[in-house]
Amino acid sequence: MTGSPPPADPMPSRADAGDGARAMLDATRLARMRWRCRRGMLENDIVLTRFLDARGTDLDEADARALDALLDLTDGELWDVIAGRSEPADAALATMVAALRAA
Amino acid sequence: MTLPVRHFDAVIVGAGGAGMRASLQLAQAGLSVAVLSKVFPTRSHTVAAQGGIGASLGNMSEDHWIWHMYDTIKGSDWLGDQDAIEFMCKAAPKVVYELEHFGMPFDRNADGTIYQRPFGGHSANFGEKPVQRACAVADRTGHALLHTLYQRNVKAQTQFFVEWMALDLVRDADGEVLGVTALEMETGEIVILQGKATIFATGGAGRIFAASTNAFINTGDGLGMTARAGLPLEDMEFWQFHPTGVAGAGVLITEGVRGEGGILLNSQGERFMERYAPNLKDLASRDVVSRSMDQEIKEGRGVGPHKDHVLLKLDHLGPEVIMKRLPSIREIAIKFANVDPIKEPIPVVPTIHYQMGGIPVNIHGQVVAPQGGNPNAVVPGFYAVGECSCVSVHGANRLGTNSLLDLVVFGRATGDFIVGENLKARSHKPLPKDAGEAARERVARLDASKGTERVQDVANTLRKTMQAHCGVFRNQQLLSEGVTRVMELAERAQHVAIGDRSQTFNTARVEALELDNLMETAKATIVSAEARRESRGAQARSDYPTRDDVNWLKHTLWYSEGNRLDYKPVNLTPLTVESFPPKARTY
Repeated sequence: MTGSPPPADPMPSRADAGDGARAMLDATRLARMRWRCRRGMLENDIVLTRFLDARGTDLDEADARALDALLDLTDGELWDVIAGRSEPADAALATMVAALRAA
Repeated sequence: MTLPVRHFDAVIVGAGGAGMRASLQLAQAGLSVAVLSKVFPTRSHTVAAQGGIGASLGNMSEDHWIWHMYDTIKGSDWLGDQDAIEFMCKAAPKVVYELEHFGMPFDRNADGTIYQRPFGGHSANFGEKPVQRACAVADRTGHALLHTLYQRNVKAQTQFFVEWMALDLVRDADGEVLGVTALEMETGEIVILQGKATIFATGGAGRIFAASTNAFINTGDGLGMTARAGLPLEDMEFWQFHPTGVAGAGVLITEGVRGEGGILLNSQGERFMERYAPNLKDLASRDVVSRSMDQEIKEGRGVGPHKDHVLLKLDHLGPEVIMKRLPSIREIAIKFANVDPIKEPIPVVPTIHYQMGGIPVNIHGQVVAPQGGNPNAVVPGFYAVGECSCVSVHGANRLGTNSLLDLVVFGRATGDFIVGENLKARSHKPLPKDAGEAARERVARLDASKGTERVQDVANTLRKTMQAHCGVFRNQQLLSEGVTRVMELAERAQHVAIGDRSQTFNTARVEALELDNLMETAKATIVSAEARRESRGAQARSDYPTRDDVNWLKHTLWYSEGNRLDYKPVNLTPLTVESFPPKARTY
């Protein structure tokens, strides 16, 4: 296996960030998002599942909106973004893209 | 308790290429059409098809549908039905031009005609020389097909029920299919969708294997519903393997890697394909390479702590070649195998790719089952198209580019046939009093279950069992043990419980319901494989290494009840041309 160190965590856990006002997603919103991470391409299924398993309970509404926007891409477009072959048009999605690429 | 009922002329389950080609034909004819899909239509697994659609357009060199027909019959190892194969190959040019008119952006030649690329197994003049027959949209052919069909369907006012999961068929006392029960994921509500015609287009069930290129949604829902309704599944022992899926992930590494000079190595660092295929070596056909890899692993020369995979070495090609010609492969290797192929080999295993068998149908898409001495008696009101069906054009082994062709040809043909049935002139039959009761009880039982089994544990054990006992090479002992284990797992599946009983997007409940379908598909596969004592196409038996046309030139039919098997003849009589009698399949 490669010896290179894992990339820096682009979306560190914010549970201890002292941001008491930050509202996590309610269970329904998260459940809906988890289902929408079922895709037509196995590549996307695997990456999105890894991401949600690791970070699902740590997402807030802004994260969810960013992920929703990425999930609206076609499977081919989404995989191009995850694989680093293209960047999403909206720069506001950069943090979420980096998190998916690291998943 | 009666369930809410909604009425349509046609109800279609599945919104991939086959379902949407059928729905388009129906909606354009003015019928009311409901299409249910677990996911948004353009996220169906058709999107992953890269290669192309086979059609004898003859744009690159002379070609003829009958040559395509011959290639398909030979590819099927003579298990394909020759009437269906003639129908498909003859219709291919027409359906491709129709897609072109729908706006599908095919790659083109300089003269404006559709460009056609070469593909394994396709030949001119009955095997004389290779022919370029695959019509493609770069490496996104399935994606382009889905988007084209979705746009046309929206225009034709097809009604999509997105994020709905069909649960079971509704049949009346005459055996006529009257629709399905379905779960709306957003509300958890169970509804009957009644149709004068019900079409299954639910795709393959590749998720019954641990190593699978299939997306997570491919759980064989249509197969499970059909089996539970007491109807048979055909030729389920035949599954196509792709030699190079990333070990542990399933993601495909394209054949192009070996084309560029990538080689396969065992634990001793030996290029073992030199032993199995001295001429073509690593570029031998998919089934030959898969069997050789499996043999190496079974004989203890696998790699890794569990000696369960082999290695695909590319680093000798140099970083420039890899970065320039195989960039996407490098991304896949890094992401899913955690190796950089510029420096290290990629762990790979033969990986399940395509299901040749399915719900038995005729060339009109009508589901057929033995009744009163007729092996192909029509089940009224019920149709199936695409990978979930078995018409059978792929027989024991599918030719590349024939899967997308199958979807559009038989999706369209089934639509046309149903339009000819003049459904507008008929009213909906009365539903039986207990319609939907079985499905409602199944969900209620699941919600109330106090069992100790977890869905993921049973599903994962099932996948591992199928991989170990019903993989590339099969023998009697492996298969017999496998049948016992799968039946034990089917018993365990009766005792699964879910912690989450919420109504909205309850993924745990959906996965438990999918498990029922995986289980039926797995039983059908391994019981059919255990019984077939020959090697034909994708069924490779080390204890019965040759094809046996005397005893086994026949289709398997598996019934869930009692795990019963039946057989029916292969149709060797084409529609208009002379039969292609069986002969040895050599390339």
